[in-house]
Amino acid sequence: MNIHDLELLSWDLRQQTLDIIMAGGGGHIGGDMSLINALLVLYENHLNISTASDPDRDRFVLSKGHSMEAYYAVLCHKGFLDLTDVTARFSRFGSPYIGHPNNKLPGIEMNSGSLGHGLPVCVGMALAGKRSGKGYRVYTIMGDGELAEGSVWEGAMAAGHYCLDNLCAVVDRNKLQISGPTEDVMSHEPLAERFTAFGWNVIEINGDRIAEVDQAYCQAKEVKGRPTVIISNTTKGYGSPLMENKAGWHHHLPDQKEYEQLKRDFAAGKERARHE
Amino acid sequence: MNNVPNRQVICETLMAHAETDPDIFVLCSDSRGSASLAPFAERFPAQFVEVGIAEQNLVSIAAGLAACGKKAFAASPACFLSARSYEQAKVDCAYSNSNVKLIGISGGVSYGALGMSHHSAQDIAAMSALPNMRVYLPSDRHQTKRLIQALLRDEKPAYIRVGRNPVEDIYTDKDCPFTLDKAVWLRGREERVKAALIACGEMARPALEAAELLEKAGITASVLDMYCVKPLDKEAVIQAAQMADIVFTVEEHSPYGGLGSMVAQILGEHCPKYVKCLSLPDAPVITGTSPEVFAHYGLTGKGIAATVEGVLK
Repeated sequence: MNIHDLELLSWDLRQQTLDIIMAGGGGHIGGDMSLINALLVLYENHLNISTASDPDRDRFVLSKGHSMEAYYAVLCHKGFLDLTDVTARFSRFGSPYIGHPNNKLPGIEMNSGSLGHGLPVCVGMALAGKRSGKGYRVYTIMGDGELAEGSVWEGAMAAGHYCLDNLCAVVDRNKLQISGPTEDVMSHEPLAERFTAFGWNVIEINGDRIAEVDQAYCQAKEVKGRPTVIISNTTKGYGSPLMENKAGWHHHLPDQKEYEQLKRDFAAGKERARHE
Repeated sequence: MNNVPNRQVICETLMAHAETDPDIFVLCSDSRGSASLAPFAERFPAQFVEVGIAEQNLVSIAAGLAACGKKAFAASPACFLSARSYEQAKVDCAYSNSNVKLIGISGGVSYGALGMSHHSAQDIAAMSALPNMRVYLPSDRHQTKRLIQALLRDEKPAYIRVGRNPVEDIYTDKDCPFTLDKAVWLRGREERVKAALIACGEMARPALEAAELLEKAGITASVLDMYCVKPLDKEAVIQAAQMADIVFTVEEHSPYGGLGSMVAQILGEHCPKYVKCLSLPDAPVITGTSPEVFAHYGLTGKGIAATVEGVLK
């Protein structure tokens, strides 16, 4: 899909994500909005998943599992799930549509929720591909607060050691976590140097710009002998000044007035994109 | 005198099957030597993954391999595997229902004088509490072989604990009755007895020896090898209890959450009966080799027999 159409689509998915959150009475809206570009561009232009049962398909694990509402929007857009059904039953009693990835649902490879699991699991997936001579690629998206988990760095160490160039990790670097700025809670800088020291190729982008996200995924495929991390500098709550860069919106549930404002802002964002 | 430890049998069994099955993968956390898996690593380097001293990574990588169709066997000392990587066992293996077999080597007090950090007296309780996770403690090398062969045929997670040292045979290669998830009657099936001894892992052999000593003292006893701690063979437990005056459980584990707790739970509901649980204490165990520790806590044939006699008086 071309960048212009992706831009337009991203605003629709933001609105759908918001509707899922409102229907379910909760969600992680701030991170949903910062990560949705990376998810959308991956699924639309890069992830080879023509059939979910194909052993040669690319793999994706949402390590930042609490951004599930954005993932639902993308999975519905790609036809794995039905948006009406997801919206009607998200977080409801007995529903399979829970607040983190549930691998009993079509299109979802692994359960997650506990942070720091996605990258090590993807190391196993990438190793399986390498050892079997398969050409599939493996992707994961992590949060930046998540990087404080030691298991992330165990995975990073192994990925470098085994030269897993079929592995691409994205860090949704929105610089905010539930308690405040990541650099106040536990600093991650110099983040690029840290990954480089672990044997990774590092690409830094403005993740709010879809063209940069798309280009980063393309570049990652060309890198040989090393895994690639895309440090995607994003804005938490991207899409509306009401929630942008506000830690309080990590999992804030908008009231009706706020909902209407967000809806107007998303519509305006789409209108701007239409004329760019 | 058997000098082949169960961990070595696991390696031999996996190697025999790996000859024709390229999907069998073995993972170690700098533990290939202590797990007796170095021969596998040498013979099948493309099916061996070393993760270094990183047990969380070990289990997550195993789950990732399993998600891509591999039969992952992750081996690490039971003390670390069941504690350091517990969340990975919970989320990546149990919750995702991954085909990962966690091999806890040098389990229980195998590491003797190395101290509580190296003992796994909590692993049965911890692993059994995870939905989808099965827990097995094979009693000798022949049963270990049958167990691994059976587990190679399914695609679900399991935790297997074996000790460090060779244990005396209970079975023979030809005579090793084995049905997955069914306990094995070693003595006294369908006999009316004074004591039913239900044991798992390395405690099955001393339980059997205790029954033989008790017989000489005129006390009848049945013995059940409950290698399948989860799913526990409920039918066998109830049958053993129905035919006995008192039930004894014997395990190399904390008194809480292990075989004794599970047996008492089953019998409390289905066949109320006095259950005496023999185990390690709820405390760091005394310094010593496994045999010394077992002797100190009455977990030998003689010690078990003495406890049974004392309770029956």
